[in-house]
Amino acid sequence: MNKLQAFMGWIDHRLPVTATFEKHMSKYYAPKNLNFWYFFGVFSFLMLANQILTGVWLTMSFTPSAEQAFASVEYIMRDVELGWLIRYMHSTGASFFFLVVYMHMFRGLMYGSYQKPRELIWIFGMFIYLMLMAEAFMGYVLPWGQMSYWGAQVIISLFGAIPVVGDDLVTWIKGDFLISGITLNRFFALHVIALPLVIVALVFMHIVALHEVGSNNPDGVDIKKYKDEEGRPLDGIPFHPYYTVHDLVGIVVFLFVFCFVIFFWPEGNGYFLEHANFEQANGLKTPEHIAPVWYFGAFYTILRVVPDKLGGVILMGAAIAILFVLPWLDRSPVKSWRYKGWISRINLVVFGLFFILLTWLGTQPASGIYKTLGMIGTVVYFGWFITLPFISAKEKTKPVPERVTG
Amino acid sequence: MSNDGVNTGRRRFLIATTAVGGGIGAVGVAVPFVKSWNPSEKAKAAGAPAKADVSKIEPGAMIVVEWRGKPVYLFRRTEETIGLLETNSDDLKDPENTDEGQQPSYAKNTQRSLKPEIAVIEGVCTHLGCAPKYFPEVEPQPFQENWIGGFFCPCHGSRFDLAGRVYKGSPAGKNLKVPPYSYVDENTVIIGVDEENS
Repeated sequence: MNKLQAFMGWIDHRLPVTATFEKHMSKYYAPKNLNFWYFFGVFSFLMLANQILTGVWLTMSFTPSAEQAFASVEYIMRDVELGWLIRYMHSTGASFFFLVVYMHMFRGLMYGSYQKPRELIWIFGMFIYLMLMAEAFMGYVLPWGQMSYWGAQVIISLFGAIPVVGDDLVTWIKGDFLISGITLNRFFALHVIALPLVIVALVFMHIVALHEVGSNNPDGVDIKKYKDEEGRPLDGIPFHPYYTVHDLVGIVVFLFVFCFVIFFWPEGNGYFLEHANFEQANGLKTPEHIAPVWYFGAFYTILRVVPDKLGGVILMGAAIAILFVLPWLDRSPVKSWRYKGWISRINLVVFGLFFILLTWLGTQPASGIYKTLGMIGTVVYFGWFITLPFISAKEKTKPVPERVTG
Repeated sequence: MSNDGVNTGRRRFLIATTAVGGGIGAVGVAVPFVKSWNPSEKAKAAGAPAKADVSKIEPGAMIVVEWRGKPVYLFRRTEETIGLLETNSDDLKDPENTDEGQQPSYAKNTQRSLKPEIAVIEGVCTHLGCAPKYFPEVEPQPFQENWIGGFFCPCHGSRFDLAGRVYKGSPAGKNLKVPPYSYVDENTVIIGVDEENS
């Protein structure tokens, strides 16, 4: 033991390993009342690791060219030993990543995790979400199927809505007068190097900012208010070993579900991998029905409800941008919805349900009743944000307990 | 260290000029990174003109020719549908083809073509770039009751008539583009080469 301690001492004089471990793990006090919803942050981290690991392996067999990309994905699926498993871990993993990120975000809405002093954590989180959307979009182009091609056509054309420079900007992004192997190649570079670096850096700042102010909890009370004589929060427990072990249980259950889907339902009936993408990209033939992958559905619906190109793009941009200012829209004196008024609580549930509706509508054709529902959903989506400052400032809240309620 | 004798004004000036100099340098370094995203010489050279024989196209039928990677629709309109193009201008966003960028000057007429019966139109929806589908029949459609033939985009439901002019209520804002084209002889269209003396 002495030799080991001496060795650690030698290291710690040169690199703060022990101090860092204590600050972020063994002496990081997390509220003892964290519930089910707090698993999703850890799951998001797990899925990030999964995407990076499987992604590195996929690049070993993938060829980023218009002629060979589609065939090389089939090569991975058929000829590379267990290549299908790595590929499904990555492609189905993307859907799971978004699923747990959406749950993680909704947790933040329920318990007011974005409120003072955690505004920066929320903003870093939103940047991660934005970068994830770019990452997922570019990743979907790489297999060079029909939906890769036409999805890219639709998304890149959005930039054409910008007045004056739009058309030139679209050509600049494509690197060609049409979506071609040149576009595919640069998306590959961005997908495997540039954006992952940015995402990892943002996740680092997300966590550093969290550990600076400490975790919120389902009661939204500040656990640092009551400390013992050694300065430890009475309602806090060290992250390690308590939450590391606790989270491992959740991870095992989550991986059971994830593995079941990878093994038995990897394409998710066309929601995780769309049917049209099993046909190679053809620039002269648009598929019957172009739909984004489910996780973009809500914003795609908002884009489509406006019968004007620029207007649709602006509204979709606003739908994402408004999330960034959420910490300043909620003016409630309490954080958690447990102590907000009943209007706030009903509104949040309705908001969540309509977000699911908008997401589903994005995968369906935009006609008839679906178009009407899309309009209603869009109004509800923006309505929630616009009414939030007034409702949260005016409504009567319940008294927040001094200590967490378990 | 003491701050005595420090000329703070000069220090601030030096910091500012160094920052500006560094900033200009950074912009200069960004130039090759931005420029390398422009279409390469190889990509520019790939846009050669495309030829097509239109004599074999039956009235109402359509062929698709690839030009610069884009689908170009060539189809033959019937007497009936040519006549109907004069009747729908109230329902169109731009019946007079006022947007100069959407067609060459020699196609700035009701049919938007050199010959009234032969249409040459890019099959790229001006909304988000999908390929609109061809519905040449004059009959009620699920998307429009008084349909006089035209195009319907499956992506977001934009509608165009048989001259590629966009209907009101479509997400697309502009008429379908007419590429530069001309006739080499009576029956051969060349796409990408302008009509001379126009």
